[in-house]
Amino acid sequence: MLLYLCKRLVLAVTISVTAVTLLFLMIHAVPGDIASILLGPRATPEMKAQLYQQMGLDKPLVVQLATFFGGLLHGDLGFDVFSQRPVADIVLEQLPYTLELILASILWAAAIAIPLGCYSAVRRNSAMDHIVGVMAVSTIAIPSFVMAVYALLIFAVSLRWLPAIGAGEGFADELIHLLLPSFAVGVGWVGYIARLLRASMLETLGENHIRTVRAFGVSEWRVITRYALPLAILPTVTILGVGIAWLLSAAVFVEVVFARPGIGALIVQAVNSRNYPIVMGTVLVTTFLIVIATTVSDLVNAALDPRIREEL
Amino acid sequence: MQPLIRAFGKNSDMASVEFIPAQVRKEPGAARTFLRQLGKNRLGTLGAVLVLILLSSAVFAPLIITHDATRIMVGPRLADPSSEFWLGTDQLGRDTFSRMIMGGRIPLLVAFASLGSSLVVGLALGLIAGFGPRWLDNLLLFLFDTIRSFPGIIFALAVIALLGPSMSSVILVIAITSMPIYARVVRTQTQALRNSEFVAAERSMGAGTTRILVFHMLPNVIGPLLILVSMDVPAVIAVEAGLSFLGMGVRPPTPDWGAILNEGYSNIQQSAWLVIAGGIPIVMATLGFTFLGEALRDIFDPKLRKYL
Repeated sequence: MLLYLCKRLVLAVTISVTAVTLLFLMIHAVPGDIASILLGPRATPEMKAQLYQQMGLDKPLVVQLATFFGGLLHGDLGFDVFSQRPVADIVLEQLPYTLELILASILWAAAIAIPLGCYSAVRRNSAMDHIVGVMAVSTIAIPSFVMAVYALLIFAVSLRWLPAIGAGEGFADELIHLLLPSFAVGVGWVGYIARLLRASMLETLGENHIRTVRAFGVSEWRVITRYALPLAILPTVTILGVGIAWLLSAAVFVEVVFARPGIGALIVQAVNSRNYPIVMGTVLVTTFLIVIATTVSDLVNAALDPRIREEL
Repeated sequence: MQPLIRAFGKNSDMASVEFIPAQVRKEPGAARTFLRQLGKNRLGTLGAVLVLILLSSAVFAPLIITHDATRIMVGPRLADPSSEFWLGTDQLGRDTFSRMIMGGRIPLLVAFASLGSSLVVGLALGLIAGFGPRWLDNLLLFLFDTIRSFPGIIFALAVIALLGPSMSSVILVIAITSMPIYARVVRTQTQALRNSEFVAAERSMGAGTTRILVFHMLPNVIGPLLILVSMDVPAVIAVEAGLSFLGMGVRPPTPDWGAILNEGYSNIQQSAWLVIAGGIPIVMATLGFTFLGEALRDIFDPKLRKYL
C-alpha cells in the first residue's frame, strides 16, 4: 500500500506539473499581442511596455515559466492588472461559494438517490426499479443548464416559491438561495448513484451476516437501514472523487443561471473581458482540485480493494 | 487439387462424387438482425426514433421552416404561439419555430466534426502508443492523463478565451478533450493484440508495421471505438449548447439551441416559450443519442461497459 501511495502521489504531482506547463504554453501561444488585448485599442506604447514589465512578459519564456512555478509554490497565481489584486485572492474568495454549491448538490443527489436505490434493490423488477434503470442513463445526460433554467422557470418565475438569483445574506437566507441551484446540479447524479447503490445493495443483501440478522428476527427496515446500507454505500462514496470534474462543470452553468458568485461566474466573466490571469488562475485551481479528488478517491479505492494497487 | 483432377480426369468413372448443395436456411441479414434486436430494446427504439426526427429535421430544415430564421420582423415581439408563428416570436420578432428547427444544424455539425477528428487522432495516437516502443507509450499515456485532468467546461472556456468564441473553437476544444479516452481504449486493444498469433504470422510473412496496423489492428479496434464515440454524442451536444448558452459558441444571429435558451433565459419573466423552444430539443437530442448509444453498446459489444 505504501508503494502504491508513493507511486500515485508522484503521478499526481507530475500530472499537475505537466498540466500547468501546458496551460502556461497555451496562454503564451495566444495569437496577437496580450498587452493590446488586455489594454484595448487605445493603449499607448508606454502603457504596453509598463504592462509587459509588470507581467514579466519581457523576459524569455523559460524564465517566465520558472518564475511562474516559483510563484505557485508560494501560492502566488499571478497578478490581476484590472483590479490590482493577486489572482489567488480573487479565486479563493469565490471558491467557497462553488464548494458550497457542490456539497449541497451531493446532499440533494444522495437524499433522492439513496431511498430510490434501496427501494429498487428491495423490490426488484417493480415499476420503480425500471424507472430507476431509465433514470440511471437519462438524468446525467440532460445538461445542467437546461435543468437549471427549467427549475428557475417553474419554481422561481411561475410558482414564485424560491428566490431566483443571488447567493443571499445570512445563514438561513443563503440556504434558501442554495436550494434551487444545488437541486439543478444534483439531480443529474440521482440516476447514476441510485443505480450504483442498487447493485451494491443487492450484493450486500445476499451476504451471510444479513441472513443471520434476519434470522434473529430484526425488522426488514432495520436490516436495510442499519446493516445493509452502511456497507452498500461504500462504493458510491468512492465515485464522488471522480465525479467532481462533472460537478464543477455543472456548477459553472448553474452559477451563471442563478447569478450566484463562484468559480463559474468568475471564469465566464473573465473570459468575456479576456482577463487571462484570472482565466489561468481559475483553470489552475480547478485542475488542482480535480487532481486531488481523483488521487484521494484512487487511494480510498486501493485501501478498500487491494487488487487495484497492482494496476498502476 | 490440380494433380488429383488431372489423374482421374473429368469424365472418369471414379468421379462419382456428387456436389451436394448444403441445406442452408437463409440467414436473416445483418441489418435485419440488428433492427430486430433494437426493436426488442424499448429505450433503444425510442432513442432511434428521437435521433431520426432530429437528424431529418436538421437535414430538411430549409424545407420545414415557415419564416426566415434570422430575419428580424416588424411584427410582435415575444409573442405567444399563433397560426402565423407556431412557437411565438423572440425578443427581436423572429419566428421561434424556424429558429428552433434551424438551430439543430449547428449542434449536430459540431458533434460530427469534433468527434470525427477526435476519433482519427485518438485512433492514430492509440495505435502508436499500443504498438510503439515503451517510452513512447508512457509519454502518450501521460499526455492523455494530463488532458483528462483538465476540468471539462472550465478548460473549454479557457481555450475559447484564447481563440475567441466561434464554432471552430468549440469543435477544437471538444476534439481535444474527448480524444484521450479513445486513444486509451485503442491502446489497450492494440496491446492485447500485438502479441497474438495472427500478427506474428503476418510479420513472419514480411509485413511491415504500417500494414499490420492498418489492415490488421484497425479493423479490430474500430468497432468498440465507434460505439464509444456514439455514446459521446450527447455529451458533445450538451457542451456545444452550453457554450452557446454562455454566448461563447456560434455568433449571433445564427440560430442555435443553446443561444435560443439563453435568449429565453434573459426574457424568462415575459415569456416561457423561448425557454421551451431552446431547451426541449436539447433534452430530446441528449436523451435520444444516450438511449441509442446504450442500445448500440448492448447489442454490439456488451464487454465495453468495463471501459466506462
